[in-house]
Amino acid sequence: MQQLDAGSVQVLTSLKSSTAQTIGEPKIVARDVSVYYGEKQALFDVDVNVPRNSVMAFIGPSGCGKSTFLRCINRMNDTIPIARVEGKIAIDGQDIDDPELDVVELRARVGMVFQKPNPFPKSIYENVAYGPRIHGLARNKADLDRIVETSLQRAGLLKEVKDRLQEPGTGLSGGQQQRLCIARAIATSPDIILMDEPCSALDPIATARVEELIDELRQTLTIIIVTHSMQQAARVSQRTAFFHLGVLVEEDETSTIFTNPSDQRTQDYITGRFG
Amino acid sequence: MLSYLLLALLVLTTVAYYAGLSRARAFATASGHAAQHSLSGYHGAFVAAWASLPSFLLVILWLLFQGSVVDQLLISSLPVERIKDLDSGQLNLLVSEIKSIAKGNVFGEPDAVVLAAAERYNSWNAIASWAMLASALGLAVVALVVARSYVAPRFRARNEVERIASVLMILCSLIAILTTVGIVGSLLYETLRFFSMVSPLEFFFGLNWEPQIAMRADQVTAGGAFGAIPVYVGTLLIALIAMLVATPIGLYSAIYLTEYASEGMRAVVKPLLEILAGIPTVVYGFFAVLTVAPAMRDLGAALGFSIAPNSALAAGGVMGIMLIPFISSLSDDALNAVPQSLRDGSLGLGATKGETIRNVLLPAALPGIMGGILLAVSRAIGETMIVVMAAGIIAALTLNPFEPVTTVTVQIVTLLIGDSEFDNPKTLAAFALGLVLFLATLALNVLALSIVRRYREQYD
Ligand SMILES: Nc1ncnc2c1ncn2[C@@H]1O[C@H](COP(=O)(O)OP(=O)(O)O)[C@@H](O)[C@H]1O
Ligand SMILES: [Mg+2]
Repeated sequence: MQQLDAGSVQVLTSLKSSTAQTIGEPKIVARDVSVYYGEKQALFDVDVNVPRNSVMAFIGPSGCGKSTFLRCINRMNDTIPIARVEGKIAIDGQDIDDPELDVVELRARVGMVFQKPNPFPKSIYENVAYGPRIHGLARNKADLDRIVETSLQRAGLLKEVKDRLQEPGTGLSGGQQQRLCIARAIATSPDIILMDEPCSALDPIATARVEELIDELRQTLTIIIVTHSMQQAARVSQRTAFFHLGVLVEEDETSTIFTNPSDQRTQDYITGRFG
Repeated sequence: MLSYLLLALLVLTTVAYYAGLSRARAFATASGHAAQHSLSGYHGAFVAAWASLPSFLLVILWLLFQGSVVDQLLISSLPVERIKDLDSGQLNLLVSEIKSIAKGNVFGEPDAVVLAAAERYNSWNAIASWAMLASALGLAVVALVVARSYVAPRFRARNEVERIASVLMILCSLIAILTTVGIVGSLLYETLRFFSMVSPLEFFFGLNWEPQIAMRADQVTAGGAFGAIPVYVGTLLIALIAMLVATPIGLYSAIYLTEYASEGMRAVVKPLLEILAGIPTVVYGFFAVLTVAPAMRDLGAALGFSIAPNSALAAGGVMGIMLIPFISSLSDDALNAVPQSLRDGSLGLGATKGETIRNVLLPAALPGIMGGILLAVSRAIGETMIVVMAAGIIAALTLNPFEPVTTVTVQIVTLLIGDSEFDNPKTLAAFALGLVLFLATLALNVLALSIVRRYREQYD
């Protein structure tokens, strides 16, 4: 909150008036976010507030722009040459496009977990140590060991891999790999984690482990999860946003979305009439 | 004669196809398609294959052996008193004389025995040709009739045709394998002959390479020295220089192309690099001789050292340029094969592009890149034209890149140039050098391919 420029102040003011009922300051505020891939517009004027220390689920049919919006939050769309993002996103009141804020620092603070587990072809230890190393978070080897251990601990993986930290991360099972990727993201001590369908490549038991983990991480982190499973959204999230054809149709308490949605399209989607 | 025979076989094959086809069609209409195991076309192909392939094989074998059989007949028909005190060389001479007379080239006054032999030779050859024609066509007709009699509704022509096709494929690959075996065998044979004249100890560990030997008994020259170490050192020196040029340039251009270049840039640069691969090596050779070497000599003169006009540096440097597209295209493939998700994972953790390349992409692509480098090394030590033109032929044992050195391929060329017989150590040394070169590049290729293959499996 220390470096507010005119834009973020404006965002914050508008946010205060529009979400008076939200308890505390939202972690992420997005206003009028539109994304174009070349000529084609993939996202239309998305407005949303993500409360801190909670899980928000993004649901909606394939191709409706959930991933696209998620990638705006850590500016991963910058890596796609044809993508163009408009609008404002602020984290803790700070505009993420602020030239003061380097995108490299932003991504250290906003971790990301992908649909397919993507451990680096390195040892388990090196996978987790990767972020701390490039950001210089550890002063010495012992420090790094401690970061790796706590990250694995928080990702609920430590017990399973304690004795084989030097073995390749790609040798783990799918579910373990995904938790390794979560540990890798946690290691840079982010305060937001973005998860893009983190369980779609996992079996039900591995999925349950990851969901438990998300629930624990919520104590200290803000999490956004994209999911195709309505049950999963209902189990792990406090709030849910429904996207359709690049438009954020409706965003509310998860229970409200699933029991009493106000928009017909939401109603149709959750009852399985399309998507 | 042969072309008529082949034409006749072709016609017979066509006839056989329709013979099989029509017989099968007759069944098909009589008993309904459902009762037939294979489509009629397969029956036709089955009969055609049997009508053509065995007699084709017969013709090939016949042509392979007719020459030597007729030669043997010819020799044994010569009167004993005429040939009993000829050695094998003189006998060969006599046989060639008979053959050239048989072709109509008469020199001098041949004696009656030779003339009669030439006549016999001609008539035997004519008989053999006719016999070949008759037996090939006969075999084709018999095979046609027999194969056609197999055609029946439940006959599994499909499976049979499949089997014939797979046998054909095996034969084709056998040809490639047998050729390789033949090459290696002749290399080995000549090398063993070489080592019966020159000790392997001298060849592999000698430091002195002067393969000139006396061609005539009265000539005054050294006996020849065959210590190959200077030649190998020269080869390795030039290959090392080439790799020092090619590896960084090739690797960096691959990184630029996969990670930094825009679509448009890539579309221009990649084909340009591939043009580099299409330049004939002889053109690189005169580029080295006419442009690079003089430029280096002038540069050396300006800086105060003397660089020989045919220095290892010029040859190796130009060879390095030739190898750039090798390394860049294989590294490019390796980098492209690294899944996008790994890039995203690293960037998502806040790594910069450079850190991502250094810490994730290069380690992941390393096996593929290593494979490319090893293939390039094997090209470098086998490359001939550039070094023949730009490097020296004097085998000096030196590691100084400004001096001329010689390479294995250059020595093979110089040893075999000019007319010399294949029974002295000078020419046979070329085979020993060639065998070592072959084994070295073979080992490098096997190693490189196994690395590349293991790496491919990693992401598929
Ligand atoms: N890299 C890209 N280039 C071009 N179009 C893209 C790209 N990524 C996504 N899109 C398009 O943007 C739209 C939204 O995609 P996405 O955000 O991946 O949807 P979701 O995650 O909800 O399935 C789709 O129409 C998709 O085709
Ligand atoms: Mg998606």
